[in-house]
Order: sequence, then C-alpha cells, then structure tokens
Amino acid sequence: MHTSTPLAGDGQIEVVSPHIPDARQNLGRAIIALASLGLAVVLVIQVLYAADMIAAGFENWRPALYAFLLWGAALGVGQVLIRGERGHRALFLLPAILFTVAMVIFPTFFGLYIAFTDWNLSSFAGRHFSGLDNVRALLNDGYFWNALGNMVYYVLAVLVQYAIAFGLALLLNADIRARKFFRVAFLMPFMLSPVAVSWMVGKSIMEYRFGPAATLARHLGWDSPAFFTSPWVARLSIMAMDAWVSIPFIMILLLAGLQALPKELSEAAKVDGATPWQSFWEVTFPLMLPVSVTAIILRIIFELKLADIVINVTAGGPGGATDTISSFIFREYRDRSNVGYGTMLAEFYLVIIIIFVTLLLNWASRWIRRYTWQ
Amino acid sequence: MATDALTLERVRDHDPARHAKFFSSRVLIYGALLLWAFICLFPIYWTVTTSFKTAVNVTQGHLVPWVDYHPDWKGWRSLGLSPDTIGEISTVRDEFLMRFENSILASVGASLLAVVIGSLAAYGLSRFQYKFGPWRNKDISFFFLSQLILPPVVLAMPFLVLYKELALLDTKIGLILVYTLMVLPIVIWIMRDQFDTIPQELEQAALVDGCTVWGAFLRIVLPIALPGMVAAFILSVVLCWNEYFFAALLTSTDAKTLPVMVASQTGSQGINWWSMAALSTAAIAPLVLIGVFLERYIVKGLTAGAVK
Repeated sequence: MHTSTPLAGDGQIEVVSPHIPDARQNLGRAIIALASLGLAVVLVIQVLYAADMIAAGFENWRPALYAFLLWGAALGVGQVLIRGERGHRALFLLPAILFTVAMVIFPTFFGLYIAFTDWNLSSFAGRHFSGLDNVRALLNDGYFWNALGNMVYYVLAVLVQYAIAFGLALLLNADIRARKFFRVAFLMPFMLSPVAVSWMVGKSIMEYRFGPAATLARHLGWDSPAFFTSPWVARLSIMAMDAWVSIPFIMILLLAGLQALPKELSEAAKVDGATPWQSFWEVTFPLMLPVSVTAIILRIIFELKLADIVINVTAGGPGGATDTISSFIFREYRDRSNVGYGTMLAEFYLVIIIIFVTLLLNWASRWIRRYTWQ
Repeated sequence: MATDALTLERVRDHDPARHAKFFSSRVLIYGALLLWAFICLFPIYWTVTTSFKTAVNVTQGHLVPWVDYHPDWKGWRSLGLSPDTIGEISTVRDEFLMRFENSILASVGASLLAVVIGSLAAYGLSRFQYKFGPWRNKDISFFFLSQLILPPVVLAMPFLVLYKELALLDTKIGLILVYTLMVLPIVIWIMRDQFDTIPQELEQAALVDGCTVWGAFLRIVLPIALPGMVAAFILSVVLCWNEYFFAALLTSTDAKTLPVMVASQTGSQGINWWSMAALSTAAIAPLVLIGVFLERYIVKGLTAGAVK
C-alpha cells in the first residue's frame, strides 16, 4: 500500500494566519463546551432512563445520535473560531474522522462486550456476562476450526486466480483487435452481484439435472456430475465461482501495470535475441512485482471476507467442506440467534486477520526489497 | 500500430517460417481471448435466455432461442413485467419495484455521502499537514485504509444492537450509513491518488489572489478532480448494489434490497427457473449497463493508487 507521494508530507500550502482576537477564540471554546455539555446531558439522561433510575427519558437512543451530530457541527465551528485558517483545514478531515470513529470504534468495543456474554436473541433470559465460556466453546468448536482451515485453501486459491489474471492481462496487452470488447467482457463478472451469480452459476448452470455445465461434464465422461456433494469437488466449485467473480479485479490492476511499463524494455530484450518466454521472466515479471504484490494482497484481504456465494449456494455444506468463517458466523447469527458466541468468533477471527495481514505486509515489503535489489 | 503492421508486412514477405509462427500465435491469442470471453458472458446469456423458457425447455437443456425453442414471457409474467401483465395490478411487481428502489436509494445515497466526506478527507490528507496527538497524515491515512480489512461479521452484531436502540433497524438511512462506512476507505484511496496528481501551483495562485482554502478547493481543484470523483462514485455504487451481508441482517421488510430478495427466492427449490432467471436478469441489468457504458470509470477507480 504505497500511497506515500512526493507531494504530501511537506506542509506545502502555507498560509500566514492573521492573529485571532481573544474574544473570538473564547466564543469558539464556549460553543464547543456548550455542545459537549449538551451531548453529555442527553447521554446521562438516556443512560439513567435505560437503567430505570429516572422516569422521564426518550423512547429510543435516536436523540443521542442527533446530539452527536450537533456536537460534531459545533466542534467544526469552534475549530474555525479558535484556530482560524488551521481550523478551516481541519474541517476537511473532521467529517470523515467523526463518521468513522462513531461507526467503528463504538461497535468494536461494544462487540467486545457482547463477545463475553451468553446472549441468545431467541432466549428470554437476556444477556449475562459469561466470562471465558465462549472462548472455551470456540476452542472446542470443530466447525469453526474447519472453516478456518477452509480459509487457508481459499486464500491459496488467490494465487491461481493471479496466474490466470496475469495470462489474461498479457492477452489484453497484446496487439489485438476489438480490445475494448474483450476488456468489457472480461470485466463483466466483477460487476455482477455475488448473490445473483450464486443463482446464475451455482444453482442453475452447475445444477445436477439440467445445468449446461453438468450436461457438458456428462458428455466429457463424468457420469454423475454433482458439483456440490463431495467435499473437494464442492470446494473447487465454490473456488471456481469465486475466481470467476474476482479474476477481473486482479486482471485490471495487472493490465494497468503492463500498460505503464516502458515499451523499449521488451523491444530491447527482443533485439538481444530473447525468446518471448525469457523476456517475460527476465523483464516483464520482475518489473510487475510491485503491482502483483499489491493486487494479491488486496485480493487476499477481500478473500478473507468471502461469504455471499457460500451462504447462497451451499450454506457451508457438504459437512462444512465449503464453509468460510463469515458464512459460518452468518448462520450462527441468523439460524441460531447465538449473538454472544457468534461475536466472539468474529472478534477472534479479526485478531487472526490483523496478525496475518500485518505479517503479510511486512513479508511482502521485505521480499520486494530483496528481489529488486538483486 | 502502424509500425507494427509495417514490420508484420516485412516478416510476411521475407520469411515463410516466421510467418507461420506468427500466424499460429495469432490463432492461439484469439482462441484464448474468445474462450475467456465465452466463459465471462455465457452465464449472463444463459440467465437472460432462461427467463424466456418454459419448463420443457429447461429440462431438455435448450440453449438458443428461436432455433431450439420458442421464447415465452413466462419468467417475466411471474414478475408482473411481461407485456400482457404490465398494465395489471401485481403484488410481485410492487415488491420487486420496492426492492429495486431501495437498492438504488441505498447505493446512490451511500456513494454520494462517501464521495463527499471521502473527497474532503482525501484533499486534506493530500495537501495539509495534520497533527493529531501522536498521529500524522500517514497514520490517519492508514487508519482509514485499515477499515478495509475489517470483516463485516465483526460489525454485524454490534450494528444490529446499536440500530435497534437508535431505531435505525430496517431503515434506508441505516443501510446508507453502513454502506458509506464500507466504501469510504476505497473512496479516500482513489481521491488521494487523484488529488496528488493535481499540481499545487494552481491553488497557490488562487490563495495569493485572496481565495480561502475552501474557495480554492471548491472553485479550482474540484472541477479538475471531477473524473476521479465520478470513478469513485460509480465503483461505490457497484459495490453497494451488490452488498448482501449487512442487508440480510439489518433489514427485514421496509428497507430490504434486491440481493436479499434474490437470495430469499433462491432457497425455494424446484424448476421455476424462469422466474428466478427473470429476477436475476433484472438485478444484474443495471450493472451490465454500467459495465458496458462506464467501463473506463470502473477501471480508473480500480487502478487508482495501485499502479505507480
């Protein structure tokens, strides 16, 4: 993720701020203080009301949301009043920061709390703190570890997707006619919603009795082309559908990389008498490494969230062979209403993902450095 | 292209063996291209044609309309969208149109919101030096980008509970907020790349002329960055339109979107493929149109920042 650019980072646009009068600064501080006070009052009233300690309160927490919005606006106005030009600049970043913090930080911490309760939406008992019960259940949950094992296969499948995508990108970069048509056609699967793809491909084309893929397989000599009954065939079928949807993403990135390569290089290789095969491995592939690594890492990050196709085609079956973590937790929520346990699984998975992606990024940057310095 | 054709001509004149080699490589290239184009387009073709099939055509595996079988409006009739039912009252059609409208509102609303606040943040990060406690621009950018790795399952339950308390469950506003969160990192990524390519001298001149920072941004930078914003917007619309996970958990009757409707129909077995095919066709039609007519914006959005 190399977004660092020569432009950013030096504080280029310098504006000399005129001195801001004390009265204006004080007004700004007063506005922020007042808004904070208002937000705090609304929150306290609602907390007390929810805890049945006072009789009057709001029907739901919606007023707290409005109070937060008002507070955010007041914070912006206050920044401008107190810090003038610098406040104007802060105003660019403020909405996105406030939005993300409100939408992510709170749910994440609340999720951590839920994860340690025995909350089940379908039971009347409500939620109770259950300590490490969920962790213990998780460690003994064969289905969870099975799903985690499947994720390894799905992530490895990204490399196959990458190989195919590279081939397609090379084809599109070749001197061909109707390039625009092929580019649009190749991009099309990426645009379609995975849910529609689940039906179009998984439930009808690969259908056992009348699906064209099954008919084709019978013609090729596979007597009972059941794509979703034996574990490995089912897993491969899901991988194939996922590849169908996501290869265009990698392909587009690689194609942009290929088009950015200087033409002289491959021509020089040709003059030196290199075969196309040599010129690819000696010139094109090493130069494409940074783009390749970016594409693969982005794809792996998205692959870790794979859920829609699995949920809608196999629901994890047969016997959990195609389950992903996301589809497993989805069923835990929707079919068993097991909120506490499901959230524990999700938080545990998040920790694994963060560790994995951090290691991956470190390893990738070190590897690129070594490879390009050779 | 012209020089290539010229060298090609020369090869053809002088060396029959190389000519044959060149010709066979052409055949291979076009064969591979056509094969993959077929793989990409066949499911779409299959879905569209199946929506015009009857039970017999489905079970006998007919493929080509008018040659193999006679097209029938069966699938579209079951949706209330065929020529003979379009004038009549149809509950299925009302249901479908409502889901369609929800999908449009949720994806367009979320994309607009994300493009507005995302562009502002991206511009700030591209031009100014922020210091927020120990965090600098680089850390703030990373904070936004790191949202990408957050899997939806982690936020799903807290959101369900939070939305219940905020009375946002099963509302379009609630869905818009979640989708905005989902695409915001991508929008910031694209727009930062976009702003970084715009030379600073333009704004500096405007600032010297007495413009404020915001004036310079709105009047000078924004028009130049518009193509990038369109790309970010279209990519966001596609991603939101296809989103299923949150929609399935956070909506039930009022705000249900098209993918949820498609998914709920998928469960019902049997071979009324024609109505499923019609529904799927309707669900992917906007995306196919976007893909055909706005492909370059999608490509621009996808490749922003990744290729340097």
